[in-house]
Amino acid sequence: MRPLRVRWRDIEPYVFISPFMIGLVVFIIGPTFASLALSFTRFEFVATPEFIGFENYAEMFAGDPKVWRSLWNTVYYMAGHIPLGMAMAFFVALMLNQKVWGQALFRTMYYLPSVTASVATAIVWSWVFNSRFGLLNNFLGLFGLEGPQWLADTRFAMPALIIISLWGMGSTIVIFLAALQGIPESLYESASIDGAGRVRRLWHITIPMMTPAIFFVLIIQIVGSFQVFTNAFIITAGGPGDATLFFVLHLYNKAFVALRLGYASALAWLLFVIVLVFTIAQVLMARRWVYYEGEIR
Amino acid sequence: MQDGPHRHQASVRIRPKHYRLWLTIKYTVIYVVLIGGSAFFVIPFLWMVRSSLMRPQDIFSVPAIIFPWPTHWVNYPDFWNALPFGRFFINTAIVTFTVTAGLTFSSALVAFGFARFRFRGRGFLFVLVLATMMLPKHVTLLPTFLLFRSIGWIDTLFPLIVPSLFGSAFSVFLLRQFFLTLPLELDEAARIDGANSFRIFWQIAIPLSKPAVATVALFAFIAHWNEFLDPLIYLSSMENFTVALGLRFFVSQYSGTFWELMMAASTAAMLPIVIVFFFTQRTFIRGVALTGIKG
Repeated sequence: MRPLRVRWRDIEPYVFISPFMIGLVVFIIGPTFASLALSFTRFEFVATPEFIGFENYAEMFAGDPKVWRSLWNTVYYMAGHIPLGMAMAFFVALMLNQKVWGQALFRTMYYLPSVTASVATAIVWSWVFNSRFGLLNNFLGLFGLEGPQWLADTRFAMPALIIISLWGMGSTIVIFLAALQGIPESLYESASIDGAGRVRRLWHITIPMMTPAIFFVLIIQIVGSFQVFTNAFIITAGGPGDATLFFVLHLYNKAFVALRLGYASALAWLLFVIVLVFTIAQVLMARRWVYYEGEIR
Repeated sequence: MQDGPHRHQASVRIRPKHYRLWLTIKYTVIYVVLIGGSAFFVIPFLWMVRSSLMRPQDIFSVPAIIFPWPTHWVNYPDFWNALPFGRFFINTAIVTFTVTAGLTFSSALVAFGFARFRFRGRGFLFVLVLATMMLPKHVTLLPTFLLFRSIGWIDTLFPLIVPSLFGSAFSVFLLRQFFLTLPLELDEAARIDGANSFRIFWQIAIPLSKPAVATVALFAFIAHWNEFLDPLIYLSSMENFTVALGLRFFVSQYSGTFWELMMAASTAAMLPIVIVFFFTQRTFIRGVALTGIKG
């Protein structure tokens, strides 16, 4: 029998990647399955988890209307935040891509809110939308308009959060701008020679060449929409009347306010499955509409 | 990728009639929209700073006072002394700097492993790394919480630091892409001179990849400075609070009152990020663009 010799050369690569792999096992794969196991138990921090089969899942689907409410709220948020944010970011990127003076300055201003997003900006926004003292309603008042009660009104709280989310579209602008600058000039020139006007150049060159960037942003934003927490927690705390109860906020409440870890784990797994399904669906659909340069069809 | 916006589109195009008029209209529209748009992005910041420098009775006066004059600087020491904000900043700095250094180093190491070696399972493991980017952290939140609770780390800064020291998928991806562009001849020459892999990593790959390393470090810095959910669930006594958590506590105490102090506190909490951003924005914007395009 050949003696088992471990050569350094063979294990070296694994040593290099080991930090991430250890982290992957301890903080991702392990907890993901632990979370699945917990989701079949009743566990309220004290005592030990008690196995209860599918009870949590039954409650989630049939006995907890807030689950559906929070999912609906997420869909509502996505329906406003994603199309508006992408269209506006696209529009701004197109304009910044012209020969404009101060391009870098505009880019900086538009991007700044994306890096400061946190509790502090949430506080500022809750004040902007304050119905009595807020900047927005005072501004509307200059024109004799009376603004709504925004964060205190079930109809306007979510639109307010959507407007606030648009404040963070700077990163989308930067991604789109970079993609625009990567489109070869020769494409536009030959299209012009063939007599294509502005609209046709936009529709048949710019947009198809941008589809990888659009796809990337779309995935990031859908996954991100399911994870909205800080703004909803600080600005509206899910209210009024659950109008801005996002899924993760509901999960947080169940886990750390109601102290129902088993049930919250079932919620976490529902979130996992939803995000997984969305991501797979996106990737499958992408084959139909995303164009990668150099790809053979 | 070219960096400048300037492209000369008209070289072969036939200029339509009224070309100058069209240009004037076009640029007028562009500047009106761009400047109008920047109001949306900038005014909340300006209003925050303005209000942080005013007496409370002046903030809401009608007609509105635009400039904070006379400047009411005392709001800053006032908010600072209302809660142990010095402690909050120190805690946040400890977490942010440790995580930034550790996360960047580990991610670079892992990225180098994926970029420079052939080994069994490389493709599969790399896909696994990428897949974790899609996993919401909330899925692993509760077991991770229980894990840290079982080793007595609740109400310490360790849970905010330790998980990040193993690197992040996003950083590994970004750095690997960059390492792949470095010529292999460099490694070979160094090997002939007797350098081992770690020296090649530390003395060749890292110095040549400063822009990518800087981008990763910056993203880590910003993300951990702003982090809110982790401090919220792990920290309970005030002396351990981070800035984000302290700020939230401050608001919950004084909700609806002391707007001038809240605005001063918010300004101060954002200041380190804004300063870092202004000095590094090129690195930053290149990084965002890079992830979007190659992603």
